[in-house]
Amino acid sequence: METLLSIVFIYIFVDNFVLHRFFGVCPFLGVSRKMDTAIGMSMAVIFVMAMATLVTWLLYTYVLVPFNLSYLQIVTFILVIASLVQLVEIVLRKISPTLYQGLGIFLPLITTNCAVMAVALLAVRQEFSLVESVVFAIAAAIGFSLALVIMAGIRERLELAKMPDVLQGSAVTLITAGILSMAFLGFKGMLSL
Amino acid sequence: MLIVYAILALGLMGLLFGLMLAVAARIFAVEVDPRVEAVKDAVPGANCGACGYAGCAKFAEAVVSGEAKANDCIPGGEETVKAIAEILGGDIETSVSPVATLFCIGDCFKASDRFVYDGVQDCAVAGEFNDGFKNCSYGCLGYGNCVKVCLFDAIYMGKHGLPVVDEEKCTGCGLCASACPRELIQMLPPGEEGYLVLCSSQDRGKTVSRACEVGCIACKACVKVCPVEAIEMDGKLAVIDLEKCTDCGDCKEKCPPGTIHRRSAIPSEADALAAAAEKTAESA
Repeated sequence: METLLSIVFIYIFVDNFVLHRFFGVCPFLGVSRKMDTAIGMSMAVIFVMAMATLVTWLLYTYVLVPFNLSYLQIVTFILVIASLVQLVEIVLRKISPTLYQGLGIFLPLITTNCAVMAVALLAVRQEFSLVESVVFAIAAAIGFSLALVIMAGIRERLELAKMPDVLQGSAVTLITAGILSMAFLGFKGMLSL
Repeated sequence: MLIVYAILALGLMGLLFGLMLAVAARIFAVEVDPRVEAVKDAVPGANCGACGYAGCAKFAEAVVSGEAKANDCIPGGEETVKAIAEILGGDIETSVSPVATLFCIGDCFKASDRFVYDGVQDCAVAGEFNDGFKNCSYGCLGYGNCVKVCLFDAIYMGKHGLPVVDEEKCTGCGLCASACPRELIQMLPPGEEGYLVLCSSQDRGKTVSRACEVGCIACKACVKVCPVEAIEMDGKLAVIDLEKCTDCGDCKEKCPPGTIHRRSAIPSEADALAAAAEKTAESA
């Protein structure tokens, strides 16, 4: 239980996927313009990361390792994540059109999100158990969402702020991301596994 | 041997996932009316919401199911209506889309400021702060909330501090009208004829004339002179009913501050800048 709690804390704050490990920076900058889309993306990422890690962990432990094929993990995981997202999209469209509409374009976008891939790879590299892996995935996704939501909040305010012309748009966004990342450095060393 | 295992394993997995997806696609297939897609392609796709539906996709569904009419899509105009009529068959009446008109001509040379505002660059925020930085608490503040919201690049902020509508590009969706915190923009049927009182101030005449050179001072000269009784007072503001207006122009002649203009001759950005330059030349 203690391990699980520390996994949650570490991967939300200390070892934040976006702000400390710099995974998934593309969606972090791309969909953080508005709070609505940021939250939509966050929900989709939490959902997909948990699902993907569950499946890849099982596949790795019960197929790749017994057959001595663990060097194929990257290729296999790409395959799994891509088809899993497709499958989820197809099923969601039929079962829950509202949720499908809500997640919208974000589901297919996530297929190419490196944070999802990273979560699956790290889960097996850290030699987590199945439960730990899923908790790790959810925590990492929440950490991603936290960064995204903070960024969206800041950017909504930046829209209204007075700013020198040279800084407008991407420039100030990147600077903000850097400062945010430095702020999260404050958690460094607080807790480790 | 190792490579054979690797190829086999990956190939099998690929096949398995492919099959799984194929089966899922069959089981969970959602039937979509091909006409919905066609209609969705025919509309402008700006998702402006002027039709009252949540985006163009929803509108397309509503049109195909007969719930919405083709001409509910205001930005699409005649072309879209024709395209939709072709897809669905049958005649659909066309309608003309309105044009955004700003009911304020108090530009930064004619309407004076009370103080220098240096806060958030947004009309709604600037207007909340001490009733705005202009002496007129009804006039355009010029921070361009209407410009920001326009999906068609049909409004830009002129150098004279008032937004300028490009009538060619304006689709009449009305997003700017609802974005203006002072409700200065009205959607009017397109046309050059008829006169308008280009002011929205409900202040007393004295207050208006102190705040703005071209504001309506509620003198009622236009109401009295109008031969067809098309002008009525709405509080302290004269309002011309375009349907009754016969385009005679008597009211424009009588208006002391020059608030009334023919629709074809609403003061443009160039006019305002020229007038301002003349004024500085005179005083110098």
